[in-house]
Amino acid sequence: MKLFGYNLPGMSSLIIWGLLWELIGQLDVTFFVPPLSEVLATLFEIIGTPAFLKALGETGYAFVVGVFFAVFIGIPVGILMGRSRLLDELLLPWVNVFLSAPLTALVPVLMVLFGFGMKSIIITTTLFAIWIIILNSRAGVKQINRSLVEMAKSFGASPADAFFKIYFWAALPEILGGVRIGVIRAVKGVIIGQLLISIVGFGALFELYSSNFLMAHFWAVLIVLFALAFTIAEFLAYLERRVAYYAAKR
Amino acid sequence: MANRSLYLKILSAVIIFGAWEIAGRIPVSYAFPTFLESMAALGNMALDGRLWEAYAETLRPLVVGVAISTVLGIGLGLWIGLSKFFDWLVSPIFIVMQSAPLAALIPLLVMAYGIGLTSKVFVVCIMAMPVIVLNTASAVRHTPESMKEMCKSFLGTRTDMLIKIIIPAASPLIFSGLRLGVSAGFIGAILAELKITPTGVGDIITFSRSIADYPSMYAAIFSIIVLAVLFLNLLERTEKTLFKGHDRGYVSD
Amino acid sequence: MDMSLIKEAPATAEPALSEIAVSVRNISKNYGAVEALKDLTLEFPRGQLTSLLGPSGCGKTTLLKIIAGLLEPTSGEVEVNGKPVTGPGPNRAFVFQDFALLPWATVMRNVAFGLELRSINKSKREDIAAKYIKEVGLGGFENSYPHELSGGMRQRVGLARALSVDAKVLLMDEPFSAVDEQTRRKFQEDLLGLVQNENKTFIFVTHSIEEAVYVSDQIAILLPRPSRVSEIIRPSGFRHKDHDQIRRDPEYLDIVDDIWASLRSYVE
Repeated sequence: MKLFGYNLPGMSSLIIWGLLWELIGQLDVTFFVPPLSEVLATLFEIIGTPAFLKALGETGYAFVVGVFFAVFIGIPVGILMGRSRLLDELLLPWVNVFLSAPLTALVPVLMVLFGFGMKSIIITTTLFAIWIIILNSRAGVKQINRSLVEMAKSFGASPADAFFKIYFWAALPEILGGVRIGVIRAVKGVIIGQLLISIVGFGALFELYSSNFLMAHFWAVLIVLFALAFTIAEFLAYLERRVAYYAAKR
Repeated sequence: MANRSLYLKILSAVIIFGAWEIAGRIPVSYAFPTFLESMAALGNMALDGRLWEAYAETLRPLVVGVAISTVLGIGLGLWIGLSKFFDWLVSPIFIVMQSAPLAALIPLLVMAYGIGLTSKVFVVCIMAMPVIVLNTASAVRHTPESMKEMCKSFLGTRTDMLIKIIIPAASPLIFSGLRLGVSAGFIGAILAELKITPTGVGDIITFSRSIADYPSMYAAIFSIIVLAVLFLNLLERTEKTLFKGHDRGYVSD
Repeated sequence: MDMSLIKEAPATAEPALSEIAVSVRNISKNYGAVEALKDLTLEFPRGQLTSLLGPSGCGKTTLLKIIAGLLEPTSGEVEVNGKPVTGPGPNRAFVFQDFALLPWATVMRNVAFGLELRSINKSKREDIAAKYIKEVGLGGFENSYPHELSGGMRQRVGLARALSVDAKVLLMDEPFSAVDEQTRRKFQEDLLGLVQNENKTFIFVTHSIEEAVYVSDQIAILLPRPSRVSEIIRPSGFRHKDHDQIRRDPEYLDIVDDIWASLRSYVE
């Protein structure tokens, strides 16, 4: 978008939406939308409070552990599926099922099996993230250029060398793509888990604010969450672009 | 080797459901019924009609929400794809929505719109819309340049360009956006029933859990997952037959 | 290098001014600070095939798209049959390098698409399209879809589409570069027949020296940075010869060699 010959940066229109929000809030159109300035003031007020930090810490912990499992189980499983036809044919239908299944429906099962706590939320997070990571790692290994593998063999590479010097790097753009989407899904998973098991983290905070009709507080937390999610997504997209340069040239 | 693949699919289903059955028999948890118990509960619910009533209830916000998201989403997507200004103005909202955990809006929606159908439709819409809008917009933006030039050079008008080139060329991507939207819509519909008010399948799940009728609870969850997966698979197949060869028509080989 | 001899030899073939179908005068095209074309002047004789030949990045496709009215020149003007070009018009038809077929439409609809955009009714335009589908050798494929055809057949569809709008000027942007070598040779032979039989002016962009010399009545050699016409060559000695005799004609071979000699310094 150009204005008077200047390129406007991509996300700059959010400022306009922010102003619109402020205007709607000032005009008192609805009780549910307080002015943005009030929300931001509340944001700075609550951001250091123990309740907020506790929620953030708990959410962050569940998210990091959930993603950790998804990545360190998902990538090896995906690579193995890409290498072994039998494993691939046994597992692929299930990966596809869970990829498109509404995993929200599984949260009640996790609740009865693992209790109303951190454990269930971590598993929810992992479940949201892992399938796309498996699928992309598999696709990454499958598309590896045959002549690259043959080149390694012809120069006498050992299987371990072939794996760490060829397979992993050649599949890296796809794997990172999978991790990026997986992480975005994990953010959604961790929040959905907390909403349904609403005694931990932001789930508890939301419950508290909405039962007391603290609109500004509610929006402040939403802004923090959305901003964090967006930053994580953009950061991973940046990482992916850094390796994508050779994805096109294989 | 179609047979090998089929056998392996059956084998893997037997392994998984067998493992479920055995885990239920041990049992690994008091709340873990066997596979057969769950299927029996599913059969019972199907026979006494509870299941069908529940689905009629559950699918309503889903259908309404997906319908609204489709019309609105494709419209907005086309507009974003065609107008640079609108793209600059509106895209960021959907890009943020795409990565944001929108489920967090649910408590707010409940406060604003109560616990009825409206809130649930809203949940489905906010979940389904971003991917439909963004897919449509990017499909429009990536209409092959040479097809647009072809239309211009053979004296096509702007309307010709939109109706005869841009929309048909974009439709495969729009359709896959719809499929992803439906997938997100399912998540939204179930989330709405579990979080807002237990109705439909969400009611079976919540109620069965409260009276510790675990087989019924597992059966309901199993059925909704199967339904979603089958429906999305059907959409994917439709997509493949409908747009067969679309992306190969103009690429040189 | 004996270019002067070649340029003089066909002097008798110089077309009269009224025989100019398309003329390009002092065309410049800038993309920001980049000069793609600079002060380029060129004339295209009626009923003949003129090739625009040059290394990649010399602006030949840009020039073709300016003539087509798809791009606007920064300065200068293009005239087709004495009328200035302001945009795409019915007197020109374009054949695309990547075919630009509608993948969701049959061969019939693709060929008739130019007529469809001119709001000609369905039965009439399909009659015309059917005729040209046969003429390019695709009879029987009317109801096939592009993805069911080979690359060569797809370009025949593109060609039939351009022929069916009955434009007097045919603009071809590297039309054979995406088809295999054998198909390409067949196309070149067919193109010679087309130039002879249809009273149309062909403007043909290519990066293949042999192809240009084989099919052209006039070859404009474009050199890059900024693009200008470095010379115009009019092979004449072998034009009347049989198709399969051309490639062993001494004049053909000489011209190919000479063009290569003048272009080689521009190839990285």
